[in-house]
Amino acid sequence: MIEDGLSLDQLSISHADGKGLVQLSADIAPREVLSLMGPSGVGKSTILAAITGTLSPAFRLEGRITLNGRVLNALPPQKRRVGILFQDHLLFPHLSVGQNVGFGLPPRTPDRAARIQAALSEIGLDGFEARDPETLSGGQRARVALMRMLLAEPDALLLDEPFSRLDVGLRDRMRELVFTRARAARLPVLLVTHDIADAEAAGGRVVNLPE
Amino acid sequence: MLATDLSPGKQWGLAPTLTIALLLGPIAAGLLGTILPAFGGMRPDGQNGFSFDPWTRLWAEPGVGQALWLSFKTGFLSTLGALIGCFLLIAGWQGTRVFSRLEALLSPLLSVPHAAAALGLAFLIAPSGWIARLISPGLTGWTRPPDVLILQDPGGWSLIAGLMIKELPFLLLMSLAALPQIKSAERMRVTQVLGYGRVRGWFLAVMPALYTQIRLPIYAVLAYAMSNVDVAMVLGPSRPPTLSMFILRWMTDPDLTLRAPAAAAALVQLGLVAAAIMVWRGGEKAVAALINRGVESGTRGMGLRDTALTTIGLVLSLTAGIAVFGGLISQLIWSFAGRWRFPDALPSSFSLMSWERHGPDAVEVTLITLALAFVTALIALVLVIGCLNTELGAGRKMNRTGMVILYLPLILPQIAFLPGLQILMIQIGAAQGIFPVVLTHLVFVLPYVFLALAGPYRALDRRYATIGAAMGLGAVGMLWRIRLPMLLAPILTALAVGMAVSVGQYLATLLASGGRLNTLTTEALALFSGGDRRAIGVWTIALAFTAWLPFLLALMIPRIVYRNKSGLRHD
Repeated sequence: MIEDGLSLDQLSISHADGKGLVQLSADIAPREVLSLMGPSGVGKSTILAAITGTLSPAFRLEGRITLNGRVLNALPPQKRRVGILFQDHLLFPHLSVGQNVGFGLPPRTPDRAARIQAALSEIGLDGFEARDPETLSGGQRARVALMRMLLAEPDALLLDEPFSRLDVGLRDRMRELVFTRARAARLPVLLVTHDIADAEAAGGRVVNLPE
Repeated sequence: MLATDLSPGKQWGLAPTLTIALLLGPIAAGLLGTILPAFGGMRPDGQNGFSFDPWTRLWAEPGVGQALWLSFKTGFLSTLGALIGCFLLIAGWQGTRVFSRLEALLSPLLSVPHAAAALGLAFLIAPSGWIARLISPGLTGWTRPPDVLILQDPGGWSLIAGLMIKELPFLLLMSLAALPQIKSAERMRVTQVLGYGRVRGWFLAVMPALYTQIRLPIYAVLAYAMSNVDVAMVLGPSRPPTLSMFILRWMTDPDLTLRAPAAAAALVQLGLVAAAIMVWRGGEKAVAALINRGVESGTRGMGLRDTALTTIGLVLSLTAGIAVFGGLISQLIWSFAGRWRFPDALPSSFSLMSWERHGPDAVEVTLITLALAFVTALIALVLVIGCLNTELGAGRKMNRTGMVILYLPLILPQIAFLPGLQILMIQIGAAQGIFPVVLTHLVFVLPYVFLALAGPYRALDRRYATIGAAMGLGAVGMLWRIRLPMLLAPILTALAVGMAVSVGQYLATLLASGGRLNTLTTEALALFSGGDRRAIGVWTIALAFTAWLPFLLALMIPRIVYRNKSGLRHD
């Protein structure tokens, strides 16, 4: 158990009928990346759903999830301060790029427009506020999704194969951007991936989930 | 497995209970109000006591046996015809350009109320109708309308045709919604690679899976076709009429003692529909056995028969589309007709006279109809969104019982429980004002709104909700800032479907308001017996337009609101 960071203490997820699915214990310190690898169907994404608090009622969760000393188990997803990025970047299609980024800002943030502008500028998308997200390239969407999540000021970041849909060339740059930003924000990061190159780029420990 | 988003939010917990109560409450009350008077209860003179008198009175009525047979025959044959037409069309043409054109032609037909379609068909096929005018005197030599009974023929064939042209597009759209789920295109590719003809391959490999998906809508069509009054009133035979028309006549007769035999007849109608569904299920088993034999024989079914069958599917569907549209066009012409002598194909002069005479009334009734439809559909929409949200929170889809409850108002014949509901409401003095009408419409609007919205609502990627939650968005914010805006188009479509259903209600409006509320449907049907074609034209056009208008808005509003958002434009 650690005071700071994300801690999964004897986490065990089983089907509602009692059949076990996956078990994991891990401590992830701030700035650390833990990579979770394994074939599809072993429950990697289910672990992430347990941490975000969106586990289907078809599963049972045992064990304790703590973040910076707070026990998350009983908290609703909105109170957990756990950020997540998916392989599909899932920008809201009914909002502009600027509105998407602003979606992450806490309510009553002063100078919203300026914050959004600065955030877009940081990822090289100056002046993209009014654009339709559908008109962005895959790499641009990935960056917008990252900024949207970071502006919500999460205490931890979960990554659900966020690089797998990107072109090989883009993938390196996006990995570097994500990990750099996560370290700068002192976030513990849990990465779920198929790709050993992701884990290598993350530079942290790798846990292989058995089948 | 990424699953549900959120705690459903307590404010939604009531929605499913309330919805079930609003569906089952009126049905249960209506059945009670039918059963009691059928056995001597709830008499207008207060002399209650168990008796079989209503039944004796019913069977003493001449022509009741024939009416039973007519209801069964017209309902069964029209449903079978519509289903065969729909299946042959899909089997023969799905994936072709012809098919997408036909789909575009037939989809708008869904909004056309049954009454409007029936009145339109009557204008087409009557001895003095448009078809006779178009082919006379050239092909027929007629210079006067021939003295043949086409409309309201004793055999019920024009009624069968009228039901078929409306039910075929309905079954087609229900099928189209189900086909992607059963991977029909892939199945077809396999059968064709193995050398099967289109129709044979489709019936062996696609139809069984599709049928399971659309079984409940088919039963709903069968029940409606056997028990409707809005189409039977226009196209059905009159001496004797179908059983449902018998019931309606007695229910609206000034002689209140006729309500008891009407209630008994309503129970007979209920039994008749149940029996027909049993017979239909027997048919299902027989067809399943045939398909098994077909699979084992390995016959490929290529060649002439395949071509013939695909042609039949095309002809039936085209006929349905042309009949409904042609009927409405002839109504439109009549509404502007000045002098129109038989056998001229078109009026010799046009005038605004009919619109000037009936327009102001029609506008007023249109507004009433729209207001009633909007209020009802909106209530249904809120309840349905509540149910679907609860479903997301619970992380599982509605079960089979839920589906059956949802389809119950569509499978139970209206004529079997609405008269009972009226009798009951009169007894307790509740048959006043607009409230009973809204409540009764809701019983039929709710299922359609649910069916229209459930698919898109469930299909919305739940990871959007996870992202929203990760950014601290609560259940209310999730609904207003993510789900509703992203689902604007399907939500408006569901609202339009609900409004169209309400606009088309005849029996529910007539009985729940005690005949005191006039909507476009009740007015248009009331005019039919008068035979003033210009007046009927004005009201039927107003009716069809009013049912279609919400669909137009549902199509346009998202395009305007999201004109810069191409990610939402595909739906």
